[in-house]
Amino acid sequence: MFADEPVVQMQGVSVDFGGVRALDSVSFRMFPGEIHSLIGENGAGKSTLIKALTGVQSISAGTIRVRGEQTAFTSPADAQRLGIQTVYQEMDLLPNLSVAENIMLGRERHGRFGINWKLMEADAERALDELGLDLDPRSALGTHSLAEQQLVAIARALAARAKILILDEPTSSLDQNEVSELFRVLHSLRESGVAVLFISHFLDQVYEVSDRLTILRDGRSVGEFLTSDILRIDVVSRMTGTRTRGLPSPLVADGGAELSAGAARPFFRAHHVGVNGAIAPFDLQVGEGEVIGIAGLLGSGRSELVRLLSGVERSDSGEIEIDEKRVRLRSPASALSQGVAYSSDNRAVEGIIGDFSIAENILLALQAERGWLRRLPKQHRDELVQSYMTALDIRPADPEALVKTLSGGNQQKVLLARWLALAPRLLVLDEPTRGIDMATKAEIQRLIAELAANGMSVIFISAEFRELVGLSDRIGVMRDGRLEVVLENDDLSEDRLLAIIAYGSQAGAGDDAESDER
Amino acid sequence: MTAAPTLERPLAQRAPRRTPRWQLRLSAWLPVLTTSAILLAMFITGQAVFGNFFTSRLISSLFLDNAYLIVLAVGMTYVILTGGIDLSVGAVVAFSGIFGAQLLQTGWPAFIVIPAIVVSGSLIGALIGVLVQVFEIQPFIASLAAMFLARGLAYVVSLQSIAITDPAVTWLERTRFQLGGGWFVTPTVIIAVLTVAVSVWVLQYTRFGRSVYAIGGNEQSARLMGLQVARTRIAVYVISGTCAGIAGLIFAAYTGSGYSLTGLGMELDAIAAVVIGGTILTGGSGYVIGSLFGVMVYGLIEISITYIGVDSWWTKIVVGGLLLVFVVLQRLLVARRKR
Repeated sequence: MFADEPVVQMQGVSVDFGGVRALDSVSFRMFPGEIHSLIGENGAGKSTLIKALTGVQSISAGTIRVRGEQTAFTSPADAQRLGIQTVYQEMDLLPNLSVAENIMLGRERHGRFGINWKLMEADAERALDELGLDLDPRSALGTHSLAEQQLVAIARALAARAKILILDEPTSSLDQNEVSELFRVLHSLRESGVAVLFISHFLDQVYEVSDRLTILRDGRSVGEFLTSDILRIDVVSRMTGTRTRGLPSPLVADGGAELSAGAARPFFRAHHVGVNGAIAPFDLQVGEGEVIGIAGLLGSGRSELVRLLSGVERSDSGEIEIDEKRVRLRSPASALSQGVAYSSDNRAVEGIIGDFSIAENILLALQAERGWLRRLPKQHRDELVQSYMTALDIRPADPEALVKTLSGGNQQKVLLARWLALAPRLLVLDEPTRGIDMATKAEIQRLIAELAANGMSVIFISAEFRELVGLSDRIGVMRDGRLEVVLENDDLSEDRLLAIIAYGSQAGAGDDAESDER
Repeated sequence: MTAAPTLERPLAQRAPRRTPRWQLRLSAWLPVLTTSAILLAMFITGQAVFGNFFTSRLISSLFLDNAYLIVLAVGMTYVILTGGIDLSVGAVVAFSGIFGAQLLQTGWPAFIVIPAIVVSGSLIGALIGVLVQVFEIQPFIASLAAMFLARGLAYVVSLQSIAITDPAVTWLERTRFQLGGGWFVTPTVIIAVLTVAVSVWVLQYTRFGRSVYAIGGNEQSARLMGLQVARTRIAVYVISGTCAGIAGLIFAAYTGSGYSLTGLGMELDAIAAVVIGGTILTGGSGYVIGSLFGVMVYGLIEISITYIGVDSWWTKIVVGGLLLVFVVLQRLLVARRKR
């Protein structure tokens, strides 16, 4: 089925960004007439690999051979000369120019007096037709929808008659029909001998369209497989690595089960909340004192889900009710006023202010809620800060210490203290235990359990199945932008979670009781 | 090359729903149309108020008096289309002018001096281009440095005004080609109009020209499309510098001298003309023809103020007000396009 000679061969390629090794001795190959998927979680090095291959990023070690020639591209133009066309994930094209120019620029048709616009527009129109796209090539690109713009980017690559076509997340803003139209075109390109590199975090699409796949994890290649030879569950476990091989030992001895019995009264309900093209409408109910864990791969929409619930991002559809009253969470501030606090996974950027002291960081949200003109009395402030610092064991125990001097774990605790000071009813945490040491992690896990025992509800995201199973009353699984299922956590196994992430909620159904919410 | 991929589906049947090009690009042309409308309104008002205003003589001298500014504005249009700015052009006009005057005075022949005047501008433009592209210095700062450099060099050449008597240079200004009906052009005006015509072609019908727009639209995307971003950006500043050199020549011929204090604030006049002509300061949208109209509006304001007989600084006030109107208009257009 495959020609013997690979059209792309990367050997031992490494890429460094400053001191960070983004790609570590990766080998990768592509054959003509096949669709090859490159998969891995966010940050696994997919985009870096493409950039190395297309000359956007220079490599620090290894060799790249394209169509038998050893190459050292220094610009995308070099790569295009050898027949590599790329649709980059972040390529916005040029909204100020016409559709025709966006397709043809770099390969304009020239007549006796420079660019021949008529010929160029006709060529562009042909490329649009191949994609079944009915756009006026002379109209400005910026006047079209994002999905159409993305298809124009693909039309641009098609019009170049590439030997090697690279598509980085081409389907992220396309609807189902547009995706199948794209796949139809990819299949016909494969027939004509083009090598297609397809990158998507939608596993279903990878299995639908590709012949072969390469898995990346943490900048390393963890194997190349024929798609027909590897089970999805093995793909997922290779993508996520060792952390799925955890031991089934609950971290909090009497964590979930006991509490969930009492957590009958849901006070927070989301009905059909969703975002077009990103998060499929979902229902979720949260009971008082309930801990809900959210599982899913990076890029599955798990962060977007909790951001919708806490007013950080706005939904296109659905509604949220708190205490049976419909509320509109327009901003984090409006969510806070309803008792919903959100702590970002990106604490460096969206949370902690490094040049402020511990005390100032803790009091920030409380003061903001009170309004800046109504200062908290100093004594009250000191007591509050002291009590949280003791309760969370924040070190150093000096409230005036600058937060940037603290360890990651202690910064996370300061952030938690900030939201706890508001006494929210629902605390939403995006990966509260990522990147902190084991001891602090255990403390934060204990804290979540205690808070829940005292009636606060918690929704948290975690990449660690052990932690999810150990802490949660119920676990929601995100997959391809969809809340697949919300499971009661009684003796839920990590393997079961893995299976759902790989195959969807139908997988292994019957092992565990499913809640009726989805 | 491979054969085109065979497709199962026949090419889509297209409804003939082609709207005329002018309609498709209306939002891009709207600022230019507004400027030409203002220009027309000024002529009509002038004719109504002063009488004897909308005449071949006035329009001919409008071109003659502003030939240098047209050339400067054309060069500036390239730079602004990429999202940059060139503050050096006024100082370059002074430097190239006095440099040329000094060379002529020392006895160099005009056929060497005239190219030297233009090339001195190109070199300063190249310096800015390299600073901006290679050393990633803000265009504002890079061209500000070049402005001080050029002005300083002008002082070094001479603090006094140097008269130009070379017949070749004065010919540029003094020759009046009569076109009949009171219309006339000078070689300087021909140079200015040629600059506009060549630039219209370059920007519309060459890859280089479209790359200028592409960089102004989104530099990163332009690079990923395989366009020559670095080369284009440096070239844009070289063009602006060259235009400043040509303007220096025209201005020296116009005033019959080189003087190190000429052209103070002239770069701002050029920028104002470009903006009034509808080019957006963030880049990617605008037309050279608009800049020509911008200069015409500017010149007409000056003339009108003289006709009215109030002090000449009223020109600045009116230009300032017009600039504000245009910047606000652009904001509205950009906001509408983003919607």
